[in-house]
Amino acid sequence: MQVDDLATSGSKQVTARAANLVACRSCGTLAPMGQTACRRCHAALSSREPDSLSRVWAWLTAGVILYIPANIYPMLLTKTLGSQEESTIVGGAIELVHYGAYFVAFIVLFASVAIPVAKFFAIGLLAWSVQRGSRLSGHRRMQLYEITEFIGRWSMIDVFVVAILTALVQLGFLASINPGPAAVCFALSVVFTMLSAQSFDPRLIWDSIEESDRRAER
Amino acid sequence: MTNTTTLPDDLDKLIACPSCDLLQQRVIPAPGKFSRCPRCHSMLISNKRNVIDNTLASAVSTAILMCAAVFFPFISLKGAGLTRDASVMDAIGAFTSGFMAPLTLAVAAFIVIIPVLRATALFYALAPLRFGRRPAKHAAKSFRLAMALKPWSMAEIFVVGVVVALVKVVDLADVSLGPSFWAFAALVLIVVFENSTLCKWTIWRLLAPNK
Repeated sequence: MQVDDLATSGSKQVTARAANLVACRSCGTLAPMGQTACRRCHAALSSREPDSLSRVWAWLTAGVILYIPANIYPMLLTKTLGSQEESTIVGGAIELVHYGAYFVAFIVLFASVAIPVAKFFAIGLLAWSVQRGSRLSGHRRMQLYEITEFIGRWSMIDVFVVAILTALVQLGFLASINPGPAAVCFALSVVFTMLSAQSFDPRLIWDSIEESDRRAER
Repeated sequence: MTNTTTLPDDLDKLIACPSCDLLQQRVIPAPGKFSRCPRCHSMLISNKRNVIDNTLASAVSTAILMCAAVFFPFISLKGAGLTRDASVMDAIGAFTSGFMAPLTLAVAAFIVIIPVLRATALFYALAPLRFGRRPAKHAAKSFRLAMALKPWSMAEIFVVGVVVALVKVVDLADVSLGPSFWAFAALVLIVVFENSTLCKWTIWRLLAPNK
């Protein structure tokens, strides 16, 4: 089969793997299957990321576990006029509502609760759908993957808020703010879920669809 | 399927979608346009004008703004006769006690070190091309590094964090913003500009054309 025929061989869609080729995910150059490094950008080549799903589940589990102490322990320790107050992630957002800062409370809740929890489910669903099949279309799953990859980093907002408040509010006896143990747990949880999303190889979504189509034809 | 001996030239007539592995004819879109994968709709090639110039411009401005952001005053707080000036360094060093210390390093990396490292790597990889020279020895490696670090460069997220923090303290004391804050705000615009202008595929073809 000639290269020119490959891409135009009827309506049947051919993947690089089916054509015995490997595509470099860094620069898009094609190489014969079996080649280990890209000749253009020298990145390591793999037709499908090895152990993609195992790594996804491992990082995801670590992220979910750390998200629990991140919500139980205090994020901020606030001392005002000698009395100490501790506030958790959700507690801090509720405080903002009391100030009347509804929009900012919404941002904090969205970045620290909605995004991480939605991300846990989204990554879990993507990995599960590859392993067990899903009624969700490839496009839906692809959108889910892209949103998850894009939005995950924004959860870091709350960690930065704590850092800035700590740096800023050191007014001695009047008021001082210090970070609580939840800050570390939360930052690690965000990093681990980002690594989990990065470990997912989106090509697996389409492999699983091809696989289920083939099974349906039989 | 039998594998024929495929020459690199032949392979360059094809493109495989990085997100779904679909093999297709490579069609370079018209200037200013982009092409998407017919199966999964991922972006394949975005033929932007002046890719190198624009990417270099954002790298250089990131480096300059980051210097301003680190060395100029960031925010100062006045309350009950006390004044507290906080620089970005203070924000970075917020987590210094005990087991939180590694977080200090992480925050420093996310908001200063990684953005500067990326800017340096992009400059090293692309500046020789801009001036019509051969790419530097480790150009490929440093461009790959710049791309891999992209999700971990969080200057723009830091700015949103600052705004949220300010809302929390604005009732407590008077807040005034220093030049460093505005340098960070400008960095957000650079990030948006870089995202809209950088096409990996195109840059790789310019970096290593004959491979």
